[in-house]
Amino acid sequence: MASHTVPHEPAPQEAVTLKHHFANEEQQKDASTIGMWVFLVTEIMFFGGLFLAYFAYRQEYPAAFASASNKTNLWLGAANTTVLICSSLTMALAVNAASLGKRKLLVLFLILTLMLGGAFLGVKAYEYHDKWVHHEVPGAHFDCEGCDDAGHAPLFFSLYFGMTGLHATHMLVGFVILVILIAQSAKGKYTAKWYTPIEMFGLYWHFVDIVWIFLFPLLYLIDRSKMGLK
Amino acid sequence: MADHSEHHIVPRRVYYLVFITLIVMTWVTAIVSTIDLGRLNVFVALSIAIFKASLVILFFMHVKYGTKLTKMIVLAGLYWLILLLFIAMADLWTRGWMGVPGR
Repeated sequence: MASHTVPHEPAPQEAVTLKHHFANEEQQKDASTIGMWVFLVTEIMFFGGLFLAYFAYRQEYPAAFASASNKTNLWLGAANTTVLICSSLTMALAVNAASLGKRKLLVLFLILTLMLGGAFLGVKAYEYHDKWVHHEVPGAHFDCEGCDDAGHAPLFFSLYFGMTGLHATHMLVGFVILVILIAQSAKGKYTAKWYTPIEMFGLYWHFVDIVWIFLFPLLYLIDRSKMGLK
Repeated sequence: MADHSEHHIVPRRVYYLVFITLIVMTWVTAIVSTIDLGRLNVFVALSIAIFKASLVILFFMHVKYGTKLTKMIVLAGLYWLILLLFIAMADLWTRGWMGVPGR
């Protein structure tokens, strides 16, 4: 574009952020939001298959699932859920800071989100290590001590590692995006007028939180009280 | 998309309230799980999870303040998830109800 056709008066963001195929900023943002939600719906179905596998096998082998799920650490799981909910709050506050054009606060909340996410995965790694040491990883050395229907206990642990592993993979992807967003935010790329990537990443991060909100009761809680029943 | 004229900034107070509710419900569901309620344990745990997820979707993810089209996409996604889970599980739940000849 030749320089004499661009007047210097209008806000520079407007020229940069509004793509020519949208009527206005609002329509552009609605399109992004809808696109992100369509992606999240595919993610719901992606995890949905694993949840179905869990429900189906739990229905078939309730005793194995009850005793195997009691090998998880309830309080560690609850503490980790708390950490993840804190990271969701800091993410919501990051979007809020962005919408108010508070750049330093935005960077701070994004960094806090990253750190809390890191703490969550740290605890998760500790739990994985614990399972490895206690021979609770399905495979040649699997040994579910004191489990009912121990032959089917590996099914629970396969789903445990599959579902928490896929969840953790989503968090790792989130970390990469967060680092990029932090760098861009620090440089002042996002303003109160345009911060769509921050808001869309927020949707992704909250979605990952929601998956964990369901994984926690299913993997840690629902057969907890059956321990004494056998 | 004319149903959404001015873009909405959610007051931070709403976030703090939702956050406190989520934390409290997490520990409530953890503690309740150690009490034997029979079949109710599953019901309570999943109800609390659905309640928590609804709060996150409506407030943290701004769906409450979103356009009708966004709301419809979210509901359509949940509808398909329910189809996936319930139709498959209805098969497993009801298989034992009738004798199958030759088995």
